[in-house]
Amino acid sequence: MTLAINIMLWLVVGALGLGAALRGRVLLNDGTRDGVVEFIHLLPRIGIGVVGSGFVAEVLPKALIAPWLGPESGLTGVIIATLGGALTPGGPVIGFSIGAAALKSGAGAPQVIAYSTAWALYAIHRLLIWEVPLMPARVVWLRAAVSLPLPFIAAAAAMVLARP
Amino acid sequence: MESNPPRRRRRAFDWSTATIAIFAFAAAAAVFWRDGPEHFLAILGSDFTLLGEMLPKVLAGCLIGAFVTLLLPRELVARWVGHESGFAGLAIAALFGFILPGGPITIYPVACAFLAMGADAGAVVAFITSWTLIGYTRALVWELPFFGSDFVIWRIVEALPLPILAGLLARIAVRTGLARMGDRA
Repeated sequence: MTLAINIMLWLVVGALGLGAALRGRVLLNDGTRDGVVEFIHLLPRIGIGVVGSGFVAEVLPKALIAPWLGPESGLTGVIIATLGGALTPGGPVIGFSIGAAALKSGAGAPQVIAYSTAWALYAIHRLLIWEVPLMPARVVWLRAAVSLPLPFIAAAAAMVLARP
Repeated sequence: MESNPPRRRRRAFDWSTATIAIFAFAAAAAVFWRDGPEHFLAILGSDFTLLGEMLPKVLAGCLIGAFVTLLLPRELVARWVGHESGFAGLAIAALFGFILPGGPITIYPVACAFLAMGADAGAVVAFITSWTLIGYTRALVWELPFFGSDFVIWRIVEALPLPILAGLLARIAVRTGLARMGDRA
């Protein structure tokens, strides 16, 4: 599976690189340089995120997860999960790793979906650090406001479409 | 002919990373103190294995993002998602969010470029929501290693209508005066 994904991603890289090369050597060099620079900038974040995520997941208070976020927790669980997602710092992997650990420790799938959806859409920390400096603030707040119900809708859809 | 999106200067280390580093360090210390060095090393080993598996995908994702940002005919895109574009514009913006790779560094400048070229707030909201929830590189590079393919595909199916819904809500908010976007450039 992981090999298939790697092959697919690198085929896309190859096709795009070819597309760039056909339009000029400069474009190919620029693209490669931008991509590698981005990767180098991401490295410390990924390193800390992934290596730290195992430990963060390990210290999650597992005894509290099943009663508060378990499949029986219903709407209350979804609300708690959504709040938790909004308050989780927004690195590239931290929300996914906490979500996956919670799932293993007995959280319900709709609650985990609400958590990772809220984290992806409006982790407060990410809005302030990434989005506000790069986008017009009005658009950021409008986007965050209309996103407020989305984790609930995603969780409701997850309850209706039972997990395979 | 093509303008590069605005770039933002960044450092390799910032407050966001520092916050997570503090969390990670505290958690690692707690595990070491609570469970002993053996358990600590076992977790460290599996984390590094995961990291090793992710890095080639992350590099591929970065390169895809860089090339798409350079190759994308932004003027054409803006015409498709302009504020007269109606429901189709929202659907196209959501589709772009799905196919456009990259991290926040590339996606927000592209969203800004859309705005500058006349895309409405609804389309931009649909685009960012779609990139966040159903973007394939994000799912393949970041989410899959943690959740596995069944769960990720199932989650994405549930998220499919959300970008268009968010875009519609944003348009309604702007039209009813709940949100003001100011003068369009």
